[in-house]
Amino acid sequence: MTAETKNATNALSNLDLETPEKPYLDSNELIINMGPQHPATHGVLRVILKLDGEKVLGTECVIGYLHRGVEKIAENRTYTMFNPYVDRMDYVAAVSNGLGYCQAVEKLLNVEAPPRANYIRVILTELNRIASHQLWLGTHALDIGAMTPLFYTFRDREEILKIFEKYCGARLTTHAFRIGGCQYETYAGFEREVKEFVAFVKPKIDEYEELLTTNRIWLERTKNVGVISAEDAIALGVTGPVLRASGVKWDIRKALPYANYSEFDFEIPIGENGDTYDRYLVRMAEMRQSLRIIEQAVERIPEGPIMAKVPKVIKPAAGEIYHSIEAPKGELGYFIVSDGSTQPYRLRVRPPSFVNLQALDIMVRGLLVADVVAVIGTLDIVLGEVDR
Amino acid sequence: MVEKYRHQYGSGLEAQSYLGQNYFSVDRSLIPNFLKLLRDEEQFDYCVDITAVHYPKREKQFEVIWILYSFARNERVRVKTQIVDGESVASAVPLWATANWLEREVYDMFGIKFDGHPDLKRILLPDGWKGFPLRKDYGILQQDQEWVQINLGIESGQ
Repeated sequence: MTAETKNATNALSNLDLETPEKPYLDSNELIINMGPQHPATHGVLRVILKLDGEKVLGTECVIGYLHRGVEKIAENRTYTMFNPYVDRMDYVAAVSNGLGYCQAVEKLLNVEAPPRANYIRVILTELNRIASHQLWLGTHALDIGAMTPLFYTFRDREEILKIFEKYCGARLTTHAFRIGGCQYETYAGFEREVKEFVAFVKPKIDEYEELLTTNRIWLERTKNVGVISAEDAIALGVTGPVLRASGVKWDIRKALPYANYSEFDFEIPIGENGDTYDRYLVRMAEMRQSLRIIEQAVERIPEGPIMAKVPKVIKPAAGEIYHSIEAPKGELGYFIVSDGSTQPYRLRVRPPSFVNLQALDIMVRGLLVADVVAVIGTLDIVLGEVDR
Repeated sequence: MVEKYRHQYGSGLEAQSYLGQNYFSVDRSLIPNFLKLLRDEEQFDYCVDITAVHYPKREKQFEVIWILYSFARNERVRVKTQIVDGESVASAVPLWATANWLEREVYDMFGIKFDGHPDLKRILLPDGWKGFPLRKDYGILQQDQEWVQINLGIESGQ
């Protein structure tokens, strides 16, 4: 040992450092906080992560930042007045929310929307499903690091929003349906524009797939990431594409058909492994199935009234009803208790995002921090609906 | 199915139907066994929702409702029970993992406690909040002013 290094050693020992009995890289558990303001949480979601290095040991979700008390508001509004509020829950799929609510009240009133209204409803709801999946794909891919799909999907989603805007004047919170049917007749050229859109977007979906499906980085980041088995998914009440990607062939449109979904020919795409990649494939296939439904509906749309005979003042008889639809995120249910007055006595929303988010914990255990972002994205949550 | 259970449970169970939807009104003490029975023997393997309704004029003020679905039977059923304020119900978390957050929300909004829940605390409202907003005596503009003043540093949230 030269004099120089000896001095250096002495200098170190003077610093009163702890002797390195423990390994150099300490492996204490680390608690870090993700959100509530974080671009990858798609809203104001706070996730507390317990980490060992980069490995996730457990998570806890802190939610409620967007809680507006929708259920309490419902009790203080008439059935008609509450209708626009439901658009503000899952604000990227407002049409689906409205359909579920209107149908639940119709069920309570024991009326049915006329056939033409049902066709318009199905076309708009399926368009909304595509828009919701496109927004999901763009943001999810962006989270993982693929920036291009975002521009593609937003460009194409715009065409759907244009149809919504022409139909009801609003792009996002559409309030497209009324209790008993639809308020607006379709505009001149509606059918043609929808057909044009279908022809336009079909090759675009192939284009998204070309970018991602066989992309090596995409495969590395999504295959075997966030796996959830069918048993776990059922126990956790997970629904929608997340459940189907785990291999459960269940879609409310087929199992308990509502509106006139039983008249259309379409398939339920399912996955095998229940990982992020399968959920991606399921949603891509779902977009194509939605296009199939739209094509059939727009061909067969009948003439006729668009509103059922519904009293001006909606006053359902005392009783309670649960009705649910297959929203883009999963089972969206409304449980309404009526006491015979003009306002719901109690209105409960069964939000798919809220229930699906609960599965985050078991899906990310053992993964890396970067995968948490991928799994939040793949669950396709909207915080407006989680918190209501 | 209904007949079988009515025989078994006697007056503690009542089966009803409204607009084609079936539900059971069950005595509070029978809830844990009955839910377990529905899951294990009648294949109701998916717990759709757990919620509650407040009826302040009734003697038993709260009604707790479980909405269950069976994939095998493609059928939905509701189970409900009535409890007085302050009484608790058995937690369904051991039966369906999804009950965890759903029960927390019921607790958060109504103050109904679930026995055996692993971590019963508020979920949508902040931990220190006072009051249960979905009770009928809680006004629509009402807030926990003290919480708002301390935590947000503003006079009122209105």
